[in-house]
Amino acid sequence: MASVPMHQGLLLAGILFALGLVGLLARRNLIFMLMSLEIMLNAAGLAFVVAGARWGQADGQIVFLFVLTMGAAEVSVGLALVLRIYHKFKTLDSDAVSEMRG
Amino acid sequence: MEVVFYISAIVAIASTILAITRLSAVHALLYLIVSLLSVAIVFFVIGAPFIAALEVIIYAGAIMVLFVFVVMMLNLGKKSTETERQWQRGGMWVGPSILAAILIAEVAYLLSSPATAVYGSTVMEPKQLGIVLFGPYLIGVELASMLLLGALVGAYHLGRRTPEKTEK
Repeated sequence: MASVPMHQGLLLAGILFALGLVGLLARRNLIFMLMSLEIMLNAAGLAFVVAGARWGQADGQIVFLFVLTMGAAEVSVGLALVLRIYHKFKTLDSDAVSEMRG
Repeated sequence: MEVVFYISAIVAIASTILAITRLSAVHALLYLIVSLLSVAIVFFVIGAPFIAALEVIIYAGAIMVLFVFVVMMLNLGKKSTETERQWQRGGMWVGPSILAAILIAEVAYLLSSPATAVYGSTVMEPKQLGIVLFGPYLIGVELASMLLLGALVGAYHLGRRTPEKTEK
């Protein structure tokens, strides 16, 4: 990390994470919420890789691999749930799925 | 070389902003794919070429294709024809194409420049990554495999279209 300081890579990761968070909070479509989750996971992985590159260790990239695996598992189950919700409620509004009250 | 980093970062932020503000899911997916590709170039520049390849293959390839499949399956309603006509009108592909053209120019510049120009003290080769992955992190690999198996079974169970009243 000679020519670009580490904090700029971390700043990019932070901006992407904040954008994903804004998207997650602002949108009510379930597909968009899942996409925002993917943006946030990707930004967290970017932070790990930047930190790993700063210290010249492979651990950051290993953690990115695990984040990637977790993201793939999360999105497959999430999209299957979205399909079931759409078939049951005929909408993708996340407020339609507010029946589960304790 | 740091110019490539900054341009990719700007492309990533711009395409992410455009992705979370689109109204159509397919348009948002286009911008999201461009965002992931630009993050892949950032990975390549900071000395993680294997992670960059995985980002393109798994994130921009597999996961986004899964999203596109689901969006296409959900669009099978009555108003799918006019939305299809709306998509065919064109013009929507201009924004992602411009951003992707910037990324292609960056890749061409990276490939034409000498390999030592990739900055960073160490470029992590896949071999080193594999040694660490299957050494101290072996239990993590096993746990990831179990997680993927659970996700596979769960997605199959949830995605299976059950008849309304089957036997018992």
